[in-house]
Amino acid sequence: MSIKRLSPEELLALDRFAVDEGNPHILVDKAICARCTARPCLVVCPARCYQLKDGQVHFEYAGCLECGTCRVMCTDKGVTDWNYPRATFGVTFRSS
Amino acid sequence: MAEDDFDAIVVGAGPAGSACAYTLAKGGRNVLLLERGDSPGAKNVSGGRLYTYALDLVDPELAGRAPLQRRIVREQIMLMSGQQATTIDFADHGEDAAGARSYSVVRATLDEWFAAEAEAQGVTLASGMRVDSLLEENGRIVGIKVGDDEMRCGVVVAADGVNSLIGQHAGLFPDAKGHALGVGVKETIELPSAVINQRFGVKDGEGAARVAIGCTEGISGGGFLYTNQDSISLGIVFNPEQAARNGRQIQEIFQDFKLHPAIAGLIEGGTSIEYGAHLVPEMGLHGVPARLHRDGLLVVGDAAQFGINTGMIIRGMDLAMVSGLAAARAILEDGEPAASGQRYLAQLETLMLLPNMRAYAEFHGIFGIDRIFKEYPALANDALRFLFTVDGKVPPPMISQLRRIVTSKVSFGQLAKDAWKGYRSV
Repeated sequence: MSIKRLSPEELLALDRFAVDEGNPHILVDKAICARCTARPCLVVCPARCYQLKDGQVHFEYAGCLECGTCRVMCTDKGVTDWNYPRATFGVTFRSS
Repeated sequence: MAEDDFDAIVVGAGPAGSACAYTLAKGGRNVLLLERGDSPGAKNVSGGRLYTYALDLVDPELAGRAPLQRRIVREQIMLMSGQQATTIDFADHGEDAAGARSYSVVRATLDEWFAAEAEAQGVTLASGMRVDSLLEENGRIVGIKVGDDEMRCGVVVAADGVNSLIGQHAGLFPDAKGHALGVGVKETIELPSAVINQRFGVKDGEGAARVAIGCTEGISGGGFLYTNQDSISLGIVFNPEQAARNGRQIQEIFQDFKLHPAIAGLIEGGTSIEYGAHLVPEMGLHGVPARLHRDGLLVVGDAAQFGINTGMIIRGMDLAMVSGLAAARAILEDGEPAASGQRYLAQLETLMLLPNMRAYAEFHGIFGIDRIFKEYPALANDALRFLFTVDGKVPPPMISQLRRIVTSKVSFGQLAKDAWKGYRSV
């Protein structure tokens, strides 16, 4: 394999995740996000967990790298609760 | 009153937590070290360089056993723009001063090793444990809660990283603000050791560290590259507020950096094996919360926002270890462990952590000079391109052409203002 541009999906596919199905560790209130105009989450989330779909902010916690950037940057507090995944869940780094 | 299960509970088995637990156990204390990852390091990402004086402070025997990657012997600064790059490459082949060494590290192996060293000193290490809340009685922190399990202790040490939910739960400081942090993204790229040696002009066990500016679309921040034994850590740290205003996804900007011809040639043929992200304290001393302790609780490492970034030197893990050591020494001193806050602050002075941070206190001002991240690197490259160009035509007078290159990017008024700002920062 050689070096090439990797999409967010391809980057996340390099990592190992144990997804806590049905148990998001970050809660997002879509009603608040609908009123937010700044929406920094769309740009600063390194895992691109926040994406615009049909004009709405859609949040997917499965590929979260647990960095905390959305918690810090969320201007209108649409991120209503931010925690780390429960023990044994989330990302596991082996080479970072 | 209920009996304590442990003398101390340390939350987080990163460099700060393990340094603290190691020292406490060596001093005869009964310590529980909790880690939310499946193993220490599993949740951690850093650029990848450790200044090993800090390990020596904890125990002079540690560095010899540590899984260090390569000793950094080449320090490189890269100014990037368009298809150009100017790289300053400082190599010191003389005898290095004792205690002034640094090594590239991989956190998954370094943190796991350090926690195991703490275990060997008698620490009880429990991985896969997320601390959910603190136990408080009469205004004093007396333990922690993991799920429904309560564990009591004489003192809790919060080594829970840059997001420090523990410190926030304890009411010591509010949530960190975007302008005080950097968001780092990093790809680890596997390459054979011999190829790394060749491309970076180093011998076995030796390595290079590189910082890069001009690769962030003008956003405050910069790229980094560290050579590990048989991989390369490549990444960028961005100011998240400026990145949000810039509007382009940060991992896209990072991929541009990776594919810049001056970087791509270094990693060509390699295999991307991991992608990580992490927040970094960026404000130096000015980002450290006013309160780092309360009755029964001490805050260490990234949780205390200990970090130094001069643009050339980026420090975090060493300060984490020193602060963990400071907390342990404070707890080991005579007196009530729960009331060791003032002794902890005194140890941060004695161990030179706070004096170090004071020495660099204003350095983050450099990052307030916006043009450093775009115009100045481009200016350097344009000037060098002009100076090295031979095309058979009669060149314009050198001084007037150089002046034209400068003023195409920046006015002399701006130049003077930035020079003054830079001077005041250092």
